[in-house]
Order: sequence, then C-alpha cells, then structure tokens
Amino acid sequence: MIELRVNGETHQLDIDPQMPLLWALREHVGLTGTKYGCGIGQCGACTVHLGGAAVRACSLPVSAAAGQDITTIEGLAAGPQGPVGSAVQQAWQDLDVVQCGFCQSGQIMQATALLAANPAPDDAAIDTNMAGNICRCATYARIRRAIHKAAQALA
Amino acid sequence: MSKPKIVNLSRRAFLTTGAGAAAGLTLGVWLLTRGQMSGPAKLAGPGMAGGAHAAAGDFAPNAFVRIGTDDSVTVVCKHLEMGQGTFTGLPTLVAEELDARWAQIRPEGAPADAQRYNNLFWGSVQGTGGSTAIANAFEQMRKAGAAARSMLVAAAAGQWQVPAAEITVVDGVVSHPKSGQRATFGELAAAAAEQPVPEAPVLKDPSEFKLIGKAFLPRKDSRAKCTGVAQFTQDVRLPNMLTACVAHPPRFGATVRSFDDSAARAVPGVRQVLQIPTGVAVLADDFWSAQQGRDALVVDWDESNAFKLGSKEILADYRKRADGPGKTVTSTGDADAALANATAVIEAEYSVPFLAHAAMETMDCVITPDADGVRVINGEQFQTIDQQAVARVLRLKPAQVRIEMLYAGGSFGRRANPQSDYLVEAAHIFKAAGGETPVKLIWTREDDTRAGFYRPLYLHRLKAGLDANGRPVAWQHRIVGQSIATGTAFEPGLVVDGIDQTSVEGAQEIPYAIPNRHLDLHSPKLAVPVQWWRAVGSTHTAFAVECMMDELAAAAGADPVDFRVALMGEHPRERDVLKLAAQQGGWYEPPLPAGRGRGIAVHKSFGSYVGMLAEVTLDGDNGFSVDRVVIAVDCGTVVNPDVVMAQMEGGMGFGLSAALMSEITLVDGAVQQSNFHDYLVLRMDKMPAVEVHLVPSTAPPTGAGEPATPVIAPAVANALAAATGQRFYALPLKRAA
Repeated sequence: MIELRVNGETHQLDIDPQMPLLWALREHVGLTGTKYGCGIGQCGACTVHLGGAAVRACSLPVSAAAGQDITTIEGLAAGPQGPVGSAVQQAWQDLDVVQCGFCQSGQIMQATALLAANPAPDDAAIDTNMAGNICRCATYARIRRAIHKAAQALA
Repeated sequence: MSKPKIVNLSRRAFLTTGAGAAAGLTLGVWLLTRGQMSGPAKLAGPGMAGGAHAAAGDFAPNAFVRIGTDDSVTVVCKHLEMGQGTFTGLPTLVAEELDARWAQIRPEGAPADAQRYNNLFWGSVQGTGGSTAIANAFEQMRKAGAAARSMLVAAAAGQWQVPAAEITVVDGVVSHPKSGQRATFGELAAAAAEQPVPEAPVLKDPSEFKLIGKAFLPRKDSRAKCTGVAQFTQDVRLPNMLTACVAHPPRFGATVRSFDDSAARAVPGVRQVLQIPTGVAVLADDFWSAQQGRDALVVDWDESNAFKLGSKEILADYRKRADGPGKTVTSTGDADAALANATAVIEAEYSVPFLAHAAMETMDCVITPDADGVRVINGEQFQTIDQQAVARVLRLKPAQVRIEMLYAGGSFGRRANPQSDYLVEAAHIFKAAGGETPVKLIWTREDDTRAGFYRPLYLHRLKAGLDANGRPVAWQHRIVGQSIATGTAFEPGLVVDGIDQTSVEGAQEIPYAIPNRHLDLHSPKLAVPVQWWRAVGSTHTAFAVECMMDELAAAAGADPVDFRVALMGEHPRERDVLKLAAQQGGWYEPPLPAGRGRGIAVHKSFGSYVGMLAEVTLDGDNGFSVDRVVIAVDCGTVVNPDVVMAQMEGGMGFGLSAALMSEITLVDGAVQQSNFHDYLVLRMDKMPAVEVHLVPSTAPPTGAGEPATPVIAPAVANALAAATGQRFYALPLKRAA
C-alpha cells in the first residue's frame, strides 16, 4: 500500500511502487488534469507540486512521493500556493493563453512555482524556468505576458 | 444556384439532436452541400485552400442551435477544437446574429453525421482541416443564429400582441420598448419552437456587427483548460476499460513473424496480448501495466519487405531524379529560351526533411460497445473517413459507429489521417479482444514519433534568369517528393492529371509576374508513410520560392522588398501584407549592426495572405537567435481578432520549430528520433517577440490556423543571409561550423 496525499486528501493505493506518480494520479487517484506528453521529463505536461516544488510526475516513482504533499492542477487554487496559482490561472484566462490546452496544466503549475520563488521574474528568468515545458501550439509569447500579469496582480 | 431553404425538422429529428428534455427550441436548418458528389467521391482534403465556396446541390438537414428553458444557448460545433479556436469562432457567428449574451453561449461538439455536419468545402464529408472551419461555416452558422432570433421575436410578438418590427433583441433579452415587455430567450424558448422556421433569415449588414471583428470574446475553452477539467481522449475512463499499448515494427513494412509474450503476460495487470495487423498489442488494467507489458514482449520481426533506405539515400535519389524533367504542372512562355538569353542565371537547390507532427497529446482513441454498434471517443478530425474505416474493421455499418468528439491536444493535421491509422489500430484491438470490453489505445511518445505519417522530405531545384535591368525573365522550378493523397480516398479530388495539388500548392501560383515560367514535379513512391502537416505543401514551397526571390534580388542588386513589390502588380493582397510587415517591422530603418539581420517573406495559403519580417542575431558559437517577428495577415473578414492573432503567433512558432531544429531522419529505414530529447521543438527560450497586424477587410473569411506556419522559415533564412552574407538551402537552418 502506498499512501499518497494529494490536494489535501489521503489515498491508499495498492499499486506498483515503481509506477510513475503521473499514472498513479491519473488512473488510480482519478485526477486527469495532469497530462502524459513524453514520459521522460522532457515536456513538462505532467508538472505537479511536490512539497511546493515543481516536479515531473512522469519520471518520479510514486513511492518517492509517498508521505509528501502533492498538489495538482485540480487542487492548485485551494492549495498551499492558492493565491499565486489563482492569479496565474486568472492571468491565463485574461490573456486567452490556451490553444489546444493539453500542456497548460503543466505550464500553470510550473509558472506558479516560478512566481512563488521569484515574485517578479524578468524575461530571462521566465525563459530559463519555463524552457522545460513544451507547448506545440507555441503559446509562449502569451505565457510570458501572463506570468508578468500575474506577477503584477500579486505585487 | 438554389437558395438555402430552412424548414422545421420532424419530431424525430428534433429528438435525435440530443437536445434532452430541457430544450425548448431546436433549429433544423437545410443548407447547401455540393451537388457533384454522386459517383466516386471527389474529396478536397486539408491540403486544399479554402477559396472555393459551396456550390448548389442536394439539401441536407443541419442542427446547430439549441435554446434551453434555462436560457442557455447551445451551439453545436461541427469542427474539432484542437487549439485553433473553433469552439469560440463558430459560436461567435451564432451569437452575433442571435444577439445573444456571450456568457449564455455553450459550445457542444457535433456527432458524426455528414448529412448535417459536413464541411461545406468538402462535399459530403464531415471533417476539419485546410483552415476551413470559419470560411465554410461563416454563413451557415450566422443563418442558424438569425433564424433562431427571428423565431424568438415572432414568439414574443404573439405573446405580447405587438408588431414584430417593434421588438428588439439585445444581449440575450427580447424587449418591446413601447410596452416595457421583456423576456429572456429561455422564457420564450417553448413558444419559439412552435413558430415556423423562416425560409430566408435576414443576416445583419457587416456594419451592424457587435461581436464579429469587434470585441475580445474570451475563449469558451479557456477556463476548463486552465483548471484541468477539460476532457481529452487520454483522460477517458470507462468501467472495465482496458488500456492498450502496441509494439510497432522497427521499420516501415516489417511484420510480426512470431513473438514471445511470456514475460509480458507475467506483468501484473496485463490481461491480453494480441497480434494485430500493425504489431502486437498488450491490454492491461492501466497504462503503466500495458506499457511494462509491451516493453517485455520479445517480437521477431520479418523485415524482408521492410523499407531500408536512409534520408541521405532518399535525398541522393531525389537529386538524380531532379536531373530529368518531371510531370509539367504549369508552363508559360519559354523558360528554356529565356534562360539561354538571360544576362544572369541563378541556380539553387532547397531541401526539407521528414517531420513528425508531435502534438502534445500522443495519438489515442477509445472504442466502447454501444447499443447497436460501437462508440468511438476521440479528438476527432475526420468523422466521415474514420466512421467508415472503423466500420469496415468491425463489419458494422458506418451509422453504427457513433463518434464522440473531444478536444484534441493538438493535431496539426495528424488526426486527419486518410487511412484513419490509429483508429483502425484501435478497432483491430477492440475486435481481437472480443468486442465487448472498452479499449483505450494510447501511443507512447516514442510510438508517436516513430510510427510515421510525416511531412514528406522534399527537394526543390530552381533556376532563374535576370535581364540586363535586373528583372526576372525566366523561372524554372522542379519539385521532388512523395504524394500525400495518392492511394487515399483523397486521390480523385487532389491528384489532377498525376499532379498531387498538395505537392505544388504555393509554387504553382506565385505572386510575381515572370513572363517565362515552368514548374514540374516528380512524385517518387516510398514506403515511408506521409501526411499533411500544418500548411502542407506550403511548408516547403514557400521556403524554396521566397529564398529564391531573395537570391534574385541580391543578384539584381535590389532591395528584397522593392524587388518583390515591382513584380506584384496583379497580386495586391500579397503586396500589401508584404509592405505592411516591412513598414511595421522597420525594414526601411537603418541597417541593423553587424552580426544581426532582417529578413522578409510573403506567402498565400488557405486563401489568406501573410507577410513576415524576422530579425536574427548571430552568436559566436555558429548559432543564432530569432529575436523578433512581425506578422501582417489578410484573412478577409476577421471573426475573432484575438484568436486570429493567437493563430498567427502560434502558427509562426510551429513553423519556427521546423526552421530551427525539427527533423526526422532515417538510417537504414529506421527512424533515428524517439522523443523530445532528439526530436527537437521550439521551447520558451527560443520564442521571439512577436507582433501581429491584421489587414482590415470585408472579403469573405479565409484560413487562420495554417497560413502563418510556412512563412517564418524563409523569413529567418533570408535574415540569416543578411546577417552572414551566406545563403541557406536546407531546413532546419544550420550555420556552417
């Protein structure tokens, strides 16, 4: 049994401890907002918060996440980074960042972690921190603007 | 041409729209479809530009608008939302004519039903592609909204006993100002349903538009996609569903000789291992088990008929073919003679590699048993084609294959596969597993990268002559590359006299007046599966044509913009976007300092005109960055300005991946790339600053999803040439070490 604490709720899961956290969340906890894009930590679509830090859930065995606080996109607004996360989600909507939307859960989780650590990132900091999150629709210009907008809203 | 006729749908048809008990008013709208669809289907696929408008012919019923007693206005969207904004754009058209409140509008995906939801540019085929969604549905959706408005007004006039002409509709409220009567759509819905449907609903004059082209309307899918609740195929969970992973052959054309599944079956959660035509499928309780099982398979592949050439050999073969004439596409004047008499002759050869679409959501599909057949749940782009293909595998009638269209996590053409490849694979798995268990097929990123259906590798050879005044007098263009449409249902429509239109679009018509011009085409057949990739033929023709134009300008000692403009007298829309991009991008400002450069390109595709200026900066490492891109677009009437701008930004960014880094290469027939560490795509740190300028227009709307994509590669290549003094002939662009 693996005990997983996700968005403030505890789940007892009878699963392979080597199963990536991503698939435990998606198929055993039932939270599908976190996406599979590459499986090797290259695209960032699976980004969640583990103890407040942005991690790639596809490359982390679920056993390594046991006992820690996990936040997914579904619990972002009500979670420990709620005010920052909500501001990011609002800025994303104000600027209509999304296109296909498949990567955006990961983008928002990554951007929230960035703003939590650096409340006023410049473009260079955004580029460095967001370069691990691929968007094939190339919404990058709007992601940049939305991060600045969220930062201003939080200032 | 007959006029569109609108009549009431029968009670049965009313019920089958899925309106549910709460629905008060459903509109059945008989609209135009192409008449020439008898006999073998002639399909214009996503490769075809959206210029042609629907011709008169048979009528077929459509249902697009549903107004509930709860005051909700459901707009049934026949086109896939894959990021390009259809679930915002199509509802905008209805909301405009209905004078609805944007907040009360709810988009809903249409079922597979080509009788009602066909793409009006594709005859009797339902599907999304070729940047046609807004263009083909512009009048259709407006008429649906206008008819609904007229019935609501008639219902109010009857209830209030006032003349309909005195009634106004504003923001979803129907009012009679003289009497002070007012009612919501929901309050009038039941009465409106009893009204006769107008035969010819009156559309607004464009000067009356309140939404089209005006306001920033928030995307309808924005909130769901920012909170993780938007449903994609990958997210579907059904009771007793099994998840499938497939071991595909290492080379195209290889087949399973035998396999050992003992280790696979030992993986906990694995339920079945099945041989299917495309490989060996492992079905398990969840994805992780299925993938573990798949990876534990030991398959002996029969590669005796496998494709074993590499990209280098293919390109060498194409070069040999290019030495001889191909099938003539277009020929005016006498290019050979004009070249012989030219003052200067410039030759160049351009090449582009295979490309994967690499949508963020890998190919996936759910098939589940249904009352009288199956239900397919999918980011569905090609309803009619896929319905038939799945029905063939399962020995059902197409109507027994119901399709639920979910959001697609990108597609870029991939989900519009003429062979319905991944859906057919899912159908074979479903069938082999007994046909009673819901099955979800998920391709891993490695499967998605290696399974093919690539943008084809292409070679272009050009030879042009200038006269003593530096004006081009001859243009000889030879193209070598695989046909996308040959051998598919799209062949009769897209391959004309042996010429696949998608191979030559963007090269056949160029906006430059050159008196002697010849274009021919070789279409070699290879076993590498190929398919349309966002902007299709233009992804290589724009690169070749626009780089060559810059070479000619340089040879003529002319400014690249002035050189083009002087030849564009008969192509004012191309000329105007070129000039607008140049003006807004600072083309005529002082030259950039050493190590930097500006480049420009212009191209028409899918009925839309895009001019693009790029600025690059060299770095000391034989690298470079693209710092800024300025885009000018004329896509006719703009429905949602912000969505069009987003498509320009993103379409350019998609093309920039191909310009800078993406490439699928084959060695001995094996694909060398597998995931995002070696199939490189644009990331945040390489995204330039981008600005978009829309040309005001009252022309019919044309495409927005694709036309920006092909223009960035030549713009960047030309900017690099300006910065380095060297020309660039191959994508992805690489500076010599």
